[in-house]
Amino acid sequence: MKATRDSFGEEVVKLGEQNPNVVVLDADLSKSTKSIKFAQKFPDRFFQMGIAESNMIGTAAGLALSGKIPFACSFGAFLTGRYDQIRMAVSYNRANVKLVGTHAGVAIGEDGHSQMGLEDVAVLRSLPNMNIYQPADDEETNQILRSMVEQAGPAYIRLTRQKLPKVYDSNYRFVPGKWNLHTKGSRVALIGTGHLLHSCLEANAVLGGKFSVVNAASLKPVDTDLILSLASSHELIVTAEDHYITGGLGSAVAEVLAEAGSRTRLRRIGLRTFGESGSPEDVLKHFQLDGPGVVTQLEKFLAEKTN
Amino acid sequence: MGSQSKIASLNPNDDKLATRLRADILKMIHSGKSGHPGGSLSCIDILISLFSGIVKCRPDDPQWSERDRVVLSKGHGVPALYAVLAELGYFPKDWLMTLRHLGSPLQGHPDVARLPAVEAATGSLGQGLSIAQGMALALKLDKMASRVFCIVGDGEIQEGQIWEAAMSAPKFKLDNLTVILDYNHGQIDGPSDEIMSLEPIVDKWKAFNWNVLEVDGHDRRAMMDVLPRQVSGRPTFVVAHTIKGKGVSFMERVIDWHGVAPNDEQLQNALEELKL
Repeated sequence: MKATRDSFGEEVVKLGEQNPNVVVLDADLSKSTKSIKFAQKFPDRFFQMGIAESNMIGTAAGLALSGKIPFACSFGAFLTGRYDQIRMAVSYNRANVKLVGTHAGVAIGEDGHSQMGLEDVAVLRSLPNMNIYQPADDEETNQILRSMVEQAGPAYIRLTRQKLPKVYDSNYRFVPGKWNLHTKGSRVALIGTGHLLHSCLEANAVLGGKFSVVNAASLKPVDTDLILSLASSHELIVTAEDHYITGGLGSAVAEVLAEAGSRTRLRRIGLRTFGESGSPEDVLKHFQLDGPGVVTQLEKFLAEKTN
Repeated sequence: MGSQSKIASLNPNDDKLATRLRADILKMIHSGKSGHPGGSLSCIDILISLFSGIVKCRPDDPQWSERDRVVLSKGHGVPALYAVLAELGYFPKDWLMTLRHLGSPLQGHPDVARLPAVEAATGSLGQGLSIAQGMALALKLDKMASRVFCIVGDGEIQEGQIWEAAMSAPKFKLDNLTVILDYNHGQIDGPSDEIMSLEPIVDKWKAFNWNVLEVDGHDRRAMMDVLPRQVSGRPTFVVAHTIKGKGVSFMERVIDWHGVAPNDEQLQNALEELKL
């Protein structure tokens, strides 16, 4: 079990060792985003920007336009709340900035709505050159981070505060734009991203392990081929994300299905209202995003009358 | 190519050049049927001074690693920058008449991807200073002696992000960063002193621990003396006192000329006044 923010904190140090152009910026949350490990190892290449995310994002863009590979870190909510700076200084400048947003979703628990990244994927998905990734475990986080350094251009990685079970070993290969078909089944295809992959895996196990489960780590670009292949071989597609149902994974899948003229049923699991405080377990249960919650929602979808 | 190419420079004492570039600004905005004459005419003398030897640059190698950077944070003043860059030979002068036309590298506000001669895309105000700061940090990391100049507008510095950067640049001891305020006292809705006063401007930046200088932003000889100045360990902020619409009598200090293109007759009148 390891939080993907912890994986980031360790992997970015390795990336810094391998590539002298890697620099890191944080806005007074380095102990939470775990960028503090880089700060300790490379104090000259770490920029503490204070609680001033707009200036941090612009500064990262200037560093990138000068050949550096900056990782700009904060909670996803605060980072993507500076949309104009990301839109202009990063995206339109084609600046090679890597945005690191931690504390994804309601799963952060007690701190409540204001600290929860719930629209981060939606707003960034609107930008034409922004890639978006959400890993489901330690190994996948490391591989995504490595690919972000290898592939020039703006990108966002969405990380969890809470610990996640291990899914992958070093044989796994993350490829941007490709999803991982975790278990191949029939009737229902469950597509989860980040910690919701684990809820989907748990739900599938509870219901007899007969459905397909897919890990959607690459939220932009999405795996169009796999979505259409799932649509042609299943009667129901269910997306699951700790994010508003508008603009995130569910919307991205809906766009692909609609444009292809698919008649396969789609149901989206995600947030339909604001988050709230509680223990992470209680909050995930309340919003039916934990394993049992996904089971409940899935059974409801399966009971729906179809024409 | 870089090692053979020459460092380009304008002549700050050439009044005819300054007049000609003012005419270029008006002609290109007329051609584009839109643009911002007031704030372009107020910053043109600043740009001419910078590119008269203060800024090291090579027009045939825009990405020359040892160049000094000029970030026009007040992106709407870009006709002035385009006029200077064309004069230096970064691109053919006839491109100027494509300003704001579909497919032109000369976008309404600067776009570095379409025109590498500009350093950064700007135009959503308040952001260029942070970008310039990032460039200055990168130069320090790389132990390069190059400098970064950033031109901000007075209305622009009402943006909060400017004051975030005002706090951070002294923290990072960015003595390779010089910000020049084009203090023309005008913005779209009226005089900046009424919309949201910036005063006491010198005291504010001094309080943020900047090296603060003042200069007449149309006195190019004075700017040749003031703009190169640096002090060790601190960034520099130059208040350049300017006149919006400077050089064309019917545009000077007239708020309505902030963002309106001259029509045929107005262009002719302006060009006659400039004696061209």
